[in-house]
Amino acid sequence: MSTAAPTATDTKYEMVVGLEVHVQLRTRTKLFCNCSTQFGEPPNRNTCPVCLALPGSLPVLNEAAVDLATRAALALGADVAEESIFARKNYFYPDLPKGYQISQFDKPLATKGSLVIGEHADGSPHRIGITRVHMEEDAGKSVHDRFPGVTAIDLNRAGVPLIEIVSEPDIRSSAEAGSYLRLLKQLLEYLDVSDLNMEEGSLRVDANISIRERGAAKLGTKTEVKNMNSFSGVERALDAEFARQVAIVEAGAAIEQQTLLWDADRGTVRPARAKEGSHDYRYFPDPDLPPLRLTKKWIAQVREHLPELPDARRRRFAEEHKLGAYDIDVLTANPRLAEYFEAVSHALGDPKTAANWVMGEVLATLKNTGQTLDRFPVRPADLAALLGMVRGGTVSNSAAKRIFALMVETGDRPEQIAEREGLAQVGDEAQLAAWVDEVLDAQPAEWQRYLGGEKKLLGVFVGAVMKKSGGRADPRKVNQLLAARASG
Amino acid sequence: MSVTEKEVLHVATLARLGLDPARIPTIAAELNGILAHMDVLSKVDTSNVGPVTGIGAAGTPLRVDGGNQIPLARPRDAFAPAMREAFFLVPRLATHEDGAAESP
Amino acid sequence: MAGDCASGKVPARASVLAALERADEVKADARGLNALLSRDRDGALGAADGIARLHLDGAIPTPLAGVPVVLKDNIATLTMPTSCGSRILEGYVSPYEATVVTRLRAAGAVVIGKTNMDEFAMGSSTENSAFGPTRNPLDPTRVPGGSSGGSAACVAAGIVPIALGSETGGSVRQPASFCGVVGVKPTYGRVSRYGLVAFASSLDQIGVFGRTVDDAALGLRTIAGRDRFDSTSSDVPVSDFCEGRERNLEGIVIGRPREYFPESLDTRIRERCDAAVDALRALGATVRDVSLPHTDLAIPTYYIIAPAEASSNLARFDGVRYGRRADAGGLREMYERTRSHGFGPEVTRRILLGTYVLSAGYYDAYYKKAQEVRALIANDFSRVFAGGVHLLFTPTAPTTAFPLGAKSDPYEMYLSDIFTVTANLAGIPAMSLPIGRVDGLPVGGQLMAPHFDEATMFRASYALERTLGEAAHR
Repeated sequence: MSTAAPTATDTKYEMVVGLEVHVQLRTRTKLFCNCSTQFGEPPNRNTCPVCLALPGSLPVLNEAAVDLATRAALALGADVAEESIFARKNYFYPDLPKGYQISQFDKPLATKGSLVIGEHADGSPHRIGITRVHMEEDAGKSVHDRFPGVTAIDLNRAGVPLIEIVSEPDIRSSAEAGSYLRLLKQLLEYLDVSDLNMEEGSLRVDANISIRERGAAKLGTKTEVKNMNSFSGVERALDAEFARQVAIVEAGAAIEQQTLLWDADRGTVRPARAKEGSHDYRYFPDPDLPPLRLTKKWIAQVREHLPELPDARRRRFAEEHKLGAYDIDVLTANPRLAEYFEAVSHALGDPKTAANWVMGEVLATLKNTGQTLDRFPVRPADLAALLGMVRGGTVSNSAAKRIFALMVETGDRPEQIAEREGLAQVGDEAQLAAWVDEVLDAQPAEWQRYLGGEKKLLGVFVGAVMKKSGGRADPRKVNQLLAARASG
Repeated sequence: MSVTEKEVLHVATLARLGLDPARIPTIAAELNGILAHMDVLSKVDTSNVGPVTGIGAAGTPLRVDGGNQIPLARPRDAFAPAMREAFFLVPRLATHEDGAAESP
Repeated sequence: MAGDCASGKVPARASVLAALERADEVKADARGLNALLSRDRDGALGAADGIARLHLDGAIPTPLAGVPVVLKDNIATLTMPTSCGSRILEGYVSPYEATVVTRLRAAGAVVIGKTNMDEFAMGSSTENSAFGPTRNPLDPTRVPGGSSGGSAACVAAGIVPIALGSETGGSVRQPASFCGVVGVKPTYGRVSRYGLVAFASSLDQIGVFGRTVDDAALGLRTIAGRDRFDSTSSDVPVSDFCEGRERNLEGIVIGRPREYFPESLDTRIRERCDAAVDALRALGATVRDVSLPHTDLAIPTYYIIAPAEASSNLARFDGVRYGRRADAGGLREMYERTRSHGFGPEVTRRILLGTYVLSAGYYDAYYKKAQEVRALIANDFSRVFAGGVHLLFTPTAPTTAFPLGAKSDPYEMYLSDIFTVTANLAGIPAMSLPIGRVDGLPVGGQLMAPHFDEATMFRASYALERTLGEAAHR
């Protein structure tokens, strides 16, 4: 038995994958009622007659959800419909209070978008088509292992606004799926429409996968794979399911249409319990909600106010800041980091130095402390000020690193810290000259040997001056003074 | 169009109605009696008219994202059949995985 | 009578006590008429005392100050259960109240009880209630009509001047006709549905019963108007339906649609209608024969759309968060036992029918088709109204109140709605008022108006009521 799943490239089959991504929108209140969407509240705290589906309750649509959903659809290049319809998707489940989910079916919010995930060999953009973006409400949570013999239902999440982004079956490998998801997530981060936290469930992925022989046009029978809790999980699950389907087809059998669940611990997919008859959701337009009508003008305004998107930002960083591809990738991966970098660079007037420090000290600190940028105590203006002090010679590079660490701890400004800790470099010529004299007086023999040609002894004298100065001497100037002594 | 007893059972399952199997033939007959009257609709020419999709030219009203939660005059456990530690309780589904499958 | 209360002529406590005593006198509860499922004597007297205090303090009386009212048991109230005539909600007390109830209380009305109804509003006789049928106060061997039979009976029995019911296919107008009172269905969207337990969302409206047209108009004006908790509620301004009631009907064109006067129509009902039409003419109206050609499609259309929406609206009754729950070992069993024990045969039938017509393979032929035919029916009305007709006049029901147990075939029962469902399908306002008796049993005449033109509808019904006078009850 092979240990590695056959990859799409080295067999006669290719995988054909479509991904359905559910994203929770970061509104204050739920899609159809004023209950808070705040995560982590006591069970059923955020519920009301509407999201509890009490008899007689009715839905009223959240305008911020419409705004965020439209933003996402436009950023994905989709056509936003001037009229879209909410439909009921009917099924029974204890965390679905009404016995139906309000979603969209025949006339969704947006259709026909795409996401570029890279370039083809000929340089043309590799696009994954997006069939539709639609709005729907989330269900509550079922907790099966909290109390013995019963399932516990928490409806705090019931009614939270979601968008569902459905891709065309254009994905041909697990790596492409991973790229699609990472780039989609980045785009949505730039748009600031969601917390996008897979652990908290604000981002979920389901996959539809079939196989076919390379070169074949017809699609095979697809299966649905669920329960993937990370992007790498998606990649592994797709490879596992691909291998399973290949084995079946190679053995001459047919693929059965079914739903499979990914088991990350075992690294396998297995069928969900067989259901009597597939789901018949009996979709029909929700009579409690007239159609959602958006004007061309309003849609245009949302488009106008879209923030700078990743591609545009990457291009601008290349042109404006003249940064290289690697630096751009790191700095634009996260929109907040890019904004932080630009603020520092703008204040300092030196993108390269700013880039190095942000990619270096700042990112390392964030990683080590687990902080996020919005809580980071070092303000861009202060970091710029620190870097300015280095450029001006007021502090050495190594002193600057110490000052930075103290800025992270205290949030104080660099000038204050430098003074308090006595880290300001000494650049005063007279003082430096005095220290140089003292050192040379103390080591005349070594000085003679240096003058005689043992150039590496320079470091000894510089080191001695640094020690005498308590680390505060400006090393450049010390070098200059020693050079002048040597020649003069 | 007529409904078979198998279809009645299927529909009852979709609707979680728990019909007494002994009553299914009678119910099928009743439904067929009613549905027979609906056949007249299939003969109507509706090519020039779209379905009724809800009133008002303005479309669905939009609510500001904020404001107060609709209050309940009574705590949830006053009307809930089974609650514990603020969770609603139902008989356990067979396994967690099955739960994930039931919920599309 | 409502006006007397509101103006303070009759003190609030006195009118509420009178209502409660009258309820006892006619045995409005299960011992007799079975019109009232619950009663809130203490709450009602407390409210009445509050109003009396306001009057003493010199506050301007609110429009319905001290007027006792009853509400159909599918309207959510904070005190008294909201059972919808069903076992599945037996004893369920809502933790929030319907918008219409808030508005009634703000106007000073005093809710004294909740009334019996066909289970989940599915029926035309109030015989489908899980708590026994309601009897017609004019003849207790007969039905009061349905599904709002309890509310109609309370007004007919003189317990209250105003009551609320609900309409999906005629459930206020038809019982109004059977009980000899006024019953009004507003334009769809006129009155908030927030707190009305949904049966068929695109058809449901809360309606008003009144002893007189005046009472009904006052009741409607109090509850109508935009509600931000109901996305289907309209912001068309509510006019004063009580104004202009002294006018005659000069310049008003009334259409008499031939499809509502078939050969088969009971001759005596036809005679009462003809007399009413003559009265309308005498008031100065012009009467014209018109045609609404798709009328015969209304019942099949209604009985696809309404059950379909109901099958979805009633899915929430699953025993998980409220209502009765059956003992069961597993989840599936819990759902099925809860619902099979909780729902009666008519509700079960309609849920099955509704689920079927929405199911895969049948949606286009049934539900989608029915919505298209519905548009044809609505267009019939639009065309006639656009052609210079202001109102339509028809009989409200094809029969007078029939005996309890008389109609056992479901479809035969559905045909009771034959003259009323069209207005629900089209969304137009319609009302019934007494126009005479046949064998001592009330006959109702129906007026229908264009969308949001309740004002003209009331103008004509005031005039007709005034002209007919006592003849309406003979």
